Amino acid sequence: MSVVALYVIIGYLVLLLFIGFASQHFFRGTSADYFVASRSIGPFMLLMSLFGTTMTAFALVGSTGKAYASGIGVYGLMASWSGLIHSAVFFLVGIRLWAIGKKYGYVTQCQFFRDRFQSPTLGFLLFPVLVALIIPYLLIGIVGAGAVVRGLSGGMFPEAFAGIPHPVREGVMLHAGAIPPWLTGLVICVVVLTYVFFGGVRSTAWANTFQTIVFMITGVIAFVLIAKALGGASAASQAVADTSPKHLIREGMIGKWQFFTYLFVPLSVGMFPHLFQHWLTARSAKTFRLSVIAHPICIMIVWVPCILMGIWAVGNGIEAPGGNANAILGKMVGQLLHTPWLSGLLTAGILAAIMSSLDSQFMCMGSMFTNDIAMRLKGDAEWSDRRKLMTGRSFVLAIVVVTYLLSLVWNKGIFEMGVWCFSGFGGLFPLVIAAIYWRRATRAGAISAVIAAAATWLVLFAKSGYGGEYLLFENTFGDAHDGIMPVAAIFAVCALTMFIVSLFTRPPDADTVDQFFPSKRS
Amino acid sequence: MKKLVCILVIALFVLHQDWWLWANGDLVFGFMPIGLAYHTLFSILAGVVWALAVKFAWPSDIEAWADATDDTGDHVAVDVAAPVEGSS
Repeated sequence: MSVVALYVIIGYLVLLLFIGFASQHFFRGTSADYFVASRSIGPFMLLMSLFGTTMTAFALVGSTGKAYASGIGVYGLMASWSGLIHSAVFFLVGIRLWAIGKKYGYVTQCQFFRDRFQSPTLGFLLFPVLVALIIPYLLIGIVGAGAVVRGLSGGMFPEAFAGIPHPVREGVMLHAGAIPPWLTGLVICVVVLTYVFFGGVRSTAWANTFQTIVFMITGVIAFVLIAKALGGASAASQAVADTSPKHLIREGMIGKWQFFTYLFVPLSVGMFPHLFQHWLTARSAKTFRLSVIAHPICIMIVWVPCILMGIWAVGNGIEAPGGNANAILGKMVGQLLHTPWLSGLLTAGILAAIMSSLDSQFMCMGSMFTNDIAMRLKGDAEWSDRRKLMTGRSFVLAIVVVTYLLSLVWNKGIFEMGVWCFSGFGGLFPLVIAAIYWRRATRAGAISAVIAAAATWLVLFAKSGYGGEYLLFENTFGDAHDGIMPVAAIFAVCALTMFIVSLFTRPPDADTVDQFFPSKRS
Repeated sequence: MKKLVCILVIALFVLHQDWWLWANGDLVFGFMPIGLAYHTLFSILAGVVWALAVKFAWPSDIEAWADATDDTGDHVAVDVAAPVEGSS
């Protein structure tokens, strides 16, 4: 990578800031506009927002790295399940929550759950759980960006960045001359913070649309050019068949029960607070149609090239720097593509995927703190629009600083940590299903379900070594690599707790429940 | 048609488990591992099935329910006064 590539990346970031600022032209100066864009987002922008938000470092960097380690089965684990289940959740949960959110003016998940179950306690309980789960998600993005740029920029600034000592080989420096992750993280945090701070969710929707288009196009370009550099797609895949055929199959790499129980992971989109907020920005229910249909196709366009590039790296002897699979995509781009402006553009595309998630997550954290904590504690009546905006922005700033500092000491694998983060949200999915489809669900059931899910997640997370790959009942299905995904257990505990406790506690007030079930009052 | 859409969605859940391709490393079109090609096709089918769901099972009642309000964008929800907590 040369300085030209760096200029391209800087140019991209400046353009992104320009788009963020341009969106402010439409900012109406109200908190409703800052938090939910006055519910005015159309079909294409909603699709790009939802898709861009769900595709992060986990999708581009993590998927390539995981395919490099575990072969093609990674697509079936995450991408094809996600294509089916994300759309199902948009269809069955998203549209209904949009309708309820529009009717009652909600901005955050906690507001909805608090009202649905008539429980301020549930709101205060959910807030820290959601924040604790979303911080690793934020870290995935920042650390992923750092890994990619470091992989790409090796040797570029030898005088400025000496690199880090090799853990085994004395006198050898790793990543010499590469832009260090702390600098990449700092830059993307500042850029994202800037447009989120001033433009709110409308800026994130505009920026997401632009960034999603950029990363989809650059991903395809990277795929085509890397294939060409390896002598064509057929030669690249044949090299895998010759040198590491296990990467072309799932036998011995991924267990069948693991493969099946991964279906619970993408249910996480039903509980992502940042997706909830994006759903609320939709202009109408019809706005969801394009997202429901096109989401699986968009996932396919991004993931298939990433999986192929991951296995091609194995077959063609490209080694991950320092054994870090997260850096394999950056390494391939840097090693195989020698056109500086193109390397810069592809790096910008990867950063685009990462930042298009970060902005929504930062935004929703600010919204949640303002609406679920600050306003609840001080009393709604005391809050002017200006004060809501200031509080939201202040919390966004605080959370960016905290997340950035955590990213400096964080050393877990992107894919594994992503799965743990999604497992927490996926495990809580019965809560939202019960809230919108089961009239008998009670406040005690909901509170118990959240506590039970959080406790189960904590126990299993600890058993995994705090973020490692972990399977329940491992080695009991006749396959050394098989087992049940922890999210299945968390989901089951949450669902059972909700069901049993609700049945043994007093039914909720019928008048209140009626307000959340369209068929009874439309 | 709603029932057909439901059946198709359930069928997709079943078809995801392509155990018959588990150890097959053949390359389709000379470059695509067959397991990956199968799931790529699965993603396209998922898009088609959801298009059918949008066409034949769209929840228009919810849309009408939400559109019937004159929402201003502010939080004007159900009263959740503190005394309700613990009353059950």
